[in-house]
Amino acid sequence: MTPLLIAQLVLTLFVFVALLSSAAVMVYVERKVAALLQQRFGPYLVGPSGLLQPFADVIKLMFKEELRPGAADAILFALAPMISATAAFAAFAVVPFGASTTFFGLLSEPMRLQVADVNVAVLVIFAIASMSVYGIVLAGWSSNSKYSLLGGLRSSAQMISYELSYGMALAGVILIGNSLSLTDLVNHQAGTWFGFIPRWSVFVQPVGFLIFMTAGIAETNRAPFDFPEAEQELVAGYHTEYSSMSFAMFFLAEYINMVTVSAVATDLFLGGWHGPFLPESLGWIWFLAKMGALLFFYVWMRWTLPRYRYDQLMSFGWKVLLPLSVINLLVTAAGVLYFGV
Amino acid sequence: MGSDALFYVFGAFAIAASLLVIAQRNPIYSVLLLIASFGALSGLYVLLDAPFVAVIQIIVYAGAIMVLFLFVVMLLNAPREDTQHDERVLPLLREGPTRFGGALAIALVVELLWALTRRPQAGSFAGAGVSSVSAIGRSLFTDYGFAFEATSVLILVAMVGAVVLARRDPVIRNRTATRGGR
Amino acid sequence: MPTLNDYLVLSAILFAIGAAGVFLRRNLITILLSIEIMLNAVNLTFVAFGRSMGSVDGQIIVFFVMTVAAAEAAVGLAIVIGLFRHRESLNPDSFTSLKW
Repeated sequence: MTPLLIAQLVLTLFVFVALLSSAAVMVYVERKVAALLQQRFGPYLVGPSGLLQPFADVIKLMFKEELRPGAADAILFALAPMISATAAFAAFAVVPFGASTTFFGLLSEPMRLQVADVNVAVLVIFAIASMSVYGIVLAGWSSNSKYSLLGGLRSSAQMISYELSYGMALAGVILIGNSLSLTDLVNHQAGTWFGFIPRWSVFVQPVGFLIFMTAGIAETNRAPFDFPEAEQELVAGYHTEYSSMSFAMFFLAEYINMVTVSAVATDLFLGGWHGPFLPESLGWIWFLAKMGALLFFYVWMRWTLPRYRYDQLMSFGWKVLLPLSVINLLVTAAGVLYFGV
Repeated sequence: MGSDALFYVFGAFAIAASLLVIAQRNPIYSVLLLIASFGALSGLYVLLDAPFVAVIQIIVYAGAIMVLFLFVVMLLNAPREDTQHDERVLPLLREGPTRFGGALAIALVVELLWALTRRPQAGSFAGAGVSSVSAIGRSLFTDYGFAFEATSVLILVAMVGAVVLARRDPVIRNRTATRGGR
Repeated sequence: MPTLNDYLVLSAILFAIGAAGVFLRRNLITILLSIEIMLNAVNLTFVAFGRSMGSVDGQIIVFFVMTVAAAEAAVGLAIVIGLFRHRESLNPDSFTSLKW
């Protein structure tokens, strides 16, 4: 049990707990920001300015009765939220959130702030995003109810359609950064041009960033792409028949997927943990700030834009976003070849 | 030592999942068990120093092809096999052609194992494998460039074929329908 | 330390399981799944040999096998859908007459 191993185990535990609490924080942030956008108060009774609201929500969810429809397939009904939650947590395992650090000299050698340092990290995130489709489609199928089935199939068809643009937008960044490892791609963005413009990939790949964020919003089934779980259309889509902790697991999976997409976008496009005025070892503060800005953008989008109809959504994904991402990739490849970046 | 144990774990898991795939009555369970088997194979690829193939296995096989299977099974509401007799007896325990087919399968396994273990393979994993993605990319686009372009045509053909084959025939209007009472 | 033989034996067992599935099951979808098992066993053999020879060719062949498997699964499932719409059955024994 070398100190490095202990530090890695502690880091893994820390990331797990941090993801759980980030979901709780997001619940509160979403409700408060929604309230402010709609010019009302939002949660303000529980705790000072409603800060303990997420705890109240969690306690309520834990004490609800766990229901299962009689005709539902028991194994799949129990398995689906587990798959969703597991895929959501697993995707964050390869995301680095800070520079290598020795924790103020406690460790003999620097350790990366990343649970698993694989050199195909970008592909791993993509792979685990493909696995999260199964949680939704199995939830829709096993509930044996027409709202759930329609919602589940629509939602999973949407996710696999937008995965293509998601991957192609990543390909542009990989071409420029010349590596599949997230840590290398972040370190490629260190430094500045002309002394004050940070060398972020978003300035070199603006279209790629927009495509990535749009596809990311569609992947996580958030507005304006949340038709499959819209209350007015499908009751609650694939999680209609779920209650208590299973429902909490779907909720958790959705918020953690949001956090993962924001974290990956921060790493790939916004320079990760590099930023002015702070030493490298405190870079995680910048990472949190940038990730927080993207999460605020997510919530802002939800409460501002009307939702797409399902056929508009699918035609947008296939007929607009995919050709755009292919053209982006071609132009990027031509640029890399010509300018030798 | 760790990778030694992992090989047996993944191998046993892949074999068990594949056996369960062909033994299930419900096609959805078969598809899910096959996904589990693919996960185990992906682990084996990582042990063989092929991380790119491992991740591509998850993305393409487990994440796309199996979703297609799952959608088709759900679309058809795929019934279990036809007769009432089939419903009552597990698929691998039925008599007649099944027992003969089972004997054939066992004969196949025995033959393959005999052929493989007759002479110990000279190749062991002594040398280093090539695991970098850039090496794969370089070789794929230069040495195998023609095959790569041919697979793109293959996928196009498969897409067109799938759309045409699964299309519903348009309803033929009844020509003798009366119009205006004539 | 698993040798090349161990990987080949594992692959042979998986191939035989897939072949048994094609022989024994009377459900078109399960037959297609068994074909996928066989293709995966072959992939494993290719990667194992590629590793033992130290060349990258094994992994590249796997790339092509996966592409062909995807194309075959898509077209095969489209055919299954067409057949099911006609006879409402997924048992290959109900498609024994040449008349459509």
